[in-house]
Amino acid sequence: MRNSFLAQNPSMLWFIALLAVFTIAVTLLSEVTGVGLISTSFVKTLGKTLCLCLVAIAMDVVWGYCGILSLGHFAFFGIGGYAIGMWLMYARTEGIVLDSLAGQPIPPTPAEISDAIGNQIFGVVGSSEFPMIWAFADNLFVQLVMVVLVPGLLALVFGWLAFRSRVTGVYLSILTQAMTLALALYLFQNDSGLRGNNGLSGLQNIPGFEETSQATISILFFLASAVALAAGYVFFAWIVSGKMGSVVKGIRDNEARVRFLGYHVESYKLFIFTTTAVVAGIAGALYYPQAGIINPGEIAPIASIYLAVWVAIGGRGRLYGAVIGATFVSLLSSWFTGGGAPDINLGFYTVQWTDWWLVLLGLSFVVVTLFFPKGIGGAFDYLVRKPS
Amino acid sequence: MSMLLEVNGVSVTFDGFRAINNLSINFAEAELRAIIGPNGAGKTTFMDIVTGKTKPDEGQVIWGDKNTSLLGLSESEIARKGIGRKFQKPSVFEAQTVRQNLAMALKTPRGPFAVLMHKKTKPNAQRIEAVAEQIGLQDSLTRNAGELSHGQKQWLEIGMLLAQEPRLMLVDEPAAGMTPEEREKTTDILKEAAKTRAVVVVEHDMEFVRRLDCKVTVLHEGAVLAEGSLDHVTSNQTVIDVYLGRSHA
Ligand SMILES: Nc1ncnc2c1ncn2[C@@H]1O[C@H](COP(=O)(O)OP(=O)(O)OP(=O)(O)O)[C@@H](O)[C@H]1O
Ligand SMILES: [Mg+2]
Repeated sequence: MRNSFLAQNPSMLWFIALLAVFTIAVTLLSEVTGVGLISTSFVKTLGKTLCLCLVAIAMDVVWGYCGILSLGHFAFFGIGGYAIGMWLMYARTEGIVLDSLAGQPIPPTPAEISDAIGNQIFGVVGSSEFPMIWAFADNLFVQLVMVVLVPGLLALVFGWLAFRSRVTGVYLSILTQAMTLALALYLFQNDSGLRGNNGLSGLQNIPGFEETSQATISILFFLASAVALAAGYVFFAWIVSGKMGSVVKGIRDNEARVRFLGYHVESYKLFIFTTTAVVAGIAGALYYPQAGIINPGEIAPIASIYLAVWVAIGGRGRLYGAVIGATFVSLLSSWFTGGGAPDINLGFYTVQWTDWWLVLLGLSFVVVTLFFPKGIGGAFDYLVRKPS
Repeated sequence: MSMLLEVNGVSVTFDGFRAINNLSINFAEAELRAIIGPNGAGKTTFMDIVTGKTKPDEGQVIWGDKNTSLLGLSESEIARKGIGRKFQKPSVFEAQTVRQNLAMALKTPRGPFAVLMHKKTKPNAQRIEAVAEQIGLQDSLTRNAGELSHGQKQWLEIGMLLAQEPRLMLVDEPAAGMTPEEREKTTDILKEAAKTRAVVVVEHDMEFVRRLDCKVTVLHEGAVLAEGSLDHVTSNQTVIDVYLGRSHA
């Protein structure tokens, strides 16, 4: 069994090996070793990119392998970020508040401490009360459970309702967009309990690691992201191989046929939808401490569409394709939008990439879907023995 | 004698058009049956009803020794009860190998968890090879189903039915697009299959039906027009008028 799983996934070993080499190289060249060829901020960019690769392979499994074009998986990513962000923000604010109250002659009561923390966190939205959803924000373990539980439960309920009613194709895509839009709009409200459009910030400061430099923290998160990506890759490679893979790809290609073979298609879709949502949540929980901030804009419907674009450009139905797409497009995107690309002066008009990058991305998407349906990853089909 | 499948007084209307009109038809255990009838007679729709794809407006569909009604059941539940179906348009998983197609159909537990933990076993591999041999694809197990010829795809789909080990096989136009030699082989496969289970074949080709050498039911406008041996139904004047008189003769 183990042998056949490896034999079926020659690309997996390659991927893990390349990832390991890359991770070691980045670590050695970073500021922690004193070499400093790679700046701390670029280590963070690379670490975030690994998280985007993780959510992209989840997207590839749900869309490229199971044929469900979910345009809501970035919402699960964001939820994971919020769940861990609540603990990060609470614990750090608590530390600051305790420090500032420490000098007082009369020791503060727990209620006073809680009020002070509430004031610090919710002052921006004109409140100092702790909303219900912050009930366990002081407990890292509970918030870590939330990272998987909340996206998982949301996906389970949403998927159960949608798949049971046999909503498929573009209707399902629209429904998932509606879900992420609703979530983003809710989070934008000041009384959502999650600081409205301010979102959660200061997430790069890890409570308990105040003395540790950002250079070290960034490498730790980078390594954690690499391990998560490797684990996610192996996990999904296992899911989409063997008989499960057969059924899942069968559902993508001919749902009715699978049904008449006696498989309860809805259960399989629900399993894939929920599992990938959970992995998306984990990816988000690793991403946002590296980004330092999360706000409702992250969950905007367009983010989930980008996710689909990455996977399409990288090549659907092959996990390494999703990795290639996410890396390539997200790095290129930050280069273009971050002012890295020089503007082009045409004489009568100056092409500013911050504005025109989206047009370029949209065009690439159209070109890839029309002319290279296998995406960039499709080029590897000639090297790897067997494609999806 | 208790029937394997009883369809009683079933009617289906599509946008006011009665595709199946008070249809009653029964099948016995291990019976080979041919269903013929002009285009639009309701042959495919009849299969849709039995397999749970289409819900009838009225009537009963009763299955097996326990007289279970199939009407409230989903497609996958009906399939698990032992009814397999081959579609009119060949439906195999073209992106997967012949072996994977057959493995997916093989009678094994169907739940996601069982499938996830599924391990290849020797008996299952042997079963797949036996089925492949039956349909003449033993040398194509590692080929992608998409590379097969049209006739081979039809056989593969029949093979998937066999692998499912159903008690009733509903086979919609298995010989469509086949060469005469391929048709002959298809007849043999179906006749062999019918020794151990009921097989219902929808087919337009009279030669093919003759070679099946079984009881024939003529469907017309959603109801049974005639039933009996091929010679019996083909000598029926109404059958000649509505079906044989047309281009199919
Ligand atoms: N889902 C549907 N909606 C509307 N009309 C339908 C539907 N399914 C079948 N029909 C109609 O019902 C009638 C019976 O169709 P059916 O496919 O059962 O015929 P058939 O006997 O299989 O014909 P053929 O020999 O051409 O396959 C046809 O007139 C068809 O147009
Ligand atoms: Mg038909």
